[in-house]
Amino acid sequence: MHQGYYIVKENTKLTENVYRMVLAGDTAGIRPGQFIEIKIDGFFLRRPISVCDADEHTVTIIYKTVGEGTKALSLIKEGSLDVLTQLGNGYDLSVSGEAPVLIGGGVGVPPLYMTAKELIGQGKKVTVILGFNTKNEIFYEDEFRALGADVYVTTVDGSYGIKGFVTEALKETAYTYFYTCGPLPMLKSVYKNTVTEGQFSLEERMGCGFGACMGCSIETKAGKKRICKEGPVFRKEELAWED
Amino acid sequence: MGRLSVDLCGTGIDNPVIPASGTFGFGYEFAELYDINMLGTFSFKGTTREERFGNPTPRIAESAAGMLNAVGLQNPGVHRVISEELPKLKKCFHKKVMANVSGFSEEEYVYVSKLLDAEEQVGWIEVNISCPNVHGGGMSFGTDPVMAGKITKAVKAVTKKPVVIKLSPNVTDIVSIARACEDSGADGISLINTLMGMRIDLKTRKPVLKNVTGGLSGPAVFPVALRMVYQVAHAVNIPVIGMGGITKAEDVIEMMLAGASAVEVGAANLTDPFACKKIIEGLPAVMDSLGIENIRDITGGVRNG
Repeated sequence: MHQGYYIVKENTKLTENVYRMVLAGDTAGIRPGQFIEIKIDGFFLRRPISVCDADEHTVTIIYKTVGEGTKALSLIKEGSLDVLTQLGNGYDLSVSGEAPVLIGGGVGVPPLYMTAKELIGQGKKVTVILGFNTKNEIFYEDEFRALGADVYVTTVDGSYGIKGFVTEALKETAYTYFYTCGPLPMLKSVYKNTVTEGQFSLEERMGCGFGACMGCSIETKAGKKRICKEGPVFRKEELAWED
Repeated sequence: MGRLSVDLCGTGIDNPVIPASGTFGFGYEFAELYDINMLGTFSFKGTTREERFGNPTPRIAESAAGMLNAVGLQNPGVHRVISEELPKLKKCFHKKVMANVSGFSEEEYVYVSKLLDAEEQVGWIEVNISCPNVHGGGMSFGTDPVMAGKITKAVKAVTKKPVVIKLSPNVTDIVSIARACEDSGADGISLINTLMGMRIDLKTRKPVLKNVTGGLSGPAVFPVALRMVYQVAHAVNIPVIGMGGITKAEDVIEMMLAGASAVEVGAANLTDPFACKKIIEGLPAVMDSLGIENIRDITGGVRNG
């Protein structure tokens, strides 16, 4: 974990209620699948948000305005923010095999961006499946394509791409491993419908975000884990989701 | 003896700032960030006889200037605390730690306290008779003076270490409970545990917390905590550890003026992992500005209006 002040370089609207924020500051050690926590003026608890991308000087997040805190965050145009970084374990990319598939749903899509970037950088053949409810909620399709990934978009209402859930696109895909992030029903469906090992990024309401309060615990096959500390990424074999 | 040092039930500690149970784990998460030996001590995660997962999630909610938690005493159980957590802590913390003990029966409090009494790293036993998030234990012992006295007496009988009883604010008359603990041999009183509260999600119309209710902590509770510390400190002759919503050095001074001999800091650790370090480092300058030479001299120093 690292604590620092980060300068807001960009905070732009991508869709109706999804924003992208670029923060400049110390980005050393940030890995794909980790998250950061932002202190927002007027709110007691920090807001945990997954890392979409990081380079030498900036970290990018994509977040949805779901409550008062993220709404306030969306209104920030400049200045600096108190941020904790390098939180959580992140995805283990060393086990991806040659052709991993990355499956994201809604605001579960962002952490897969840096993941795809690194895997493609390692010469892997990456397929990305992005699931949204409807056409106007879609973001980052072009960005994933620009990385060189094979991209499939699904929409529940069929207004764009393949009609249905991400599992529709998964049926057509050959893969050696999977990485996924999204709403719990989607993750459970991915759990049931995947034929290889893989890793899931989970979320939960957090108190601290760094392992102190035990607010975000989960029972796994390997005992009690803190989503913020031992997670947010768990391997398929750790999760007791068979039923 | 430095100007920040205070006496805690017969043991001197370097400063009066103690991270509160449930907000500091077993210390080592914070030891990755700074040298936790700068703390006076800290109170470790509430420990029961058996391992506990606690309540179903979500078990954290936010509120104005504070938060609700309904963790429900997740802990590895006393045997693993002794075999795994304390040895890990020993590597990064060389002072005595305060052992926080919880339970669902008098027998359980005794069992856990007795085992921890044998641990050389433990300097004090803080008995939590005030957890609002468990059913059939915890707070139910802390809302009745007779039961509070009974638990105090039973724990005192199995340990030579100072016993601090942690009280709940969710009572009509906290003074009678504090007195019952003192009369039963308590060496100190710590207060307040969290105030029972609730939030509802407007979209789903369901309680935010799966447990429905949870304990409120953070700056929102500071004035309530201060008032209760003031009342209890004036009613008993044993040391009082004040806690509830402390986030800065000024709050420490205010709590001590109300009658606290030391303070615990809870929720602040969760929003700023460096909170206790900053409070300790901030104290000398605040004391200078208020003409305070030694912090131990201000306990109970509030003047009558």
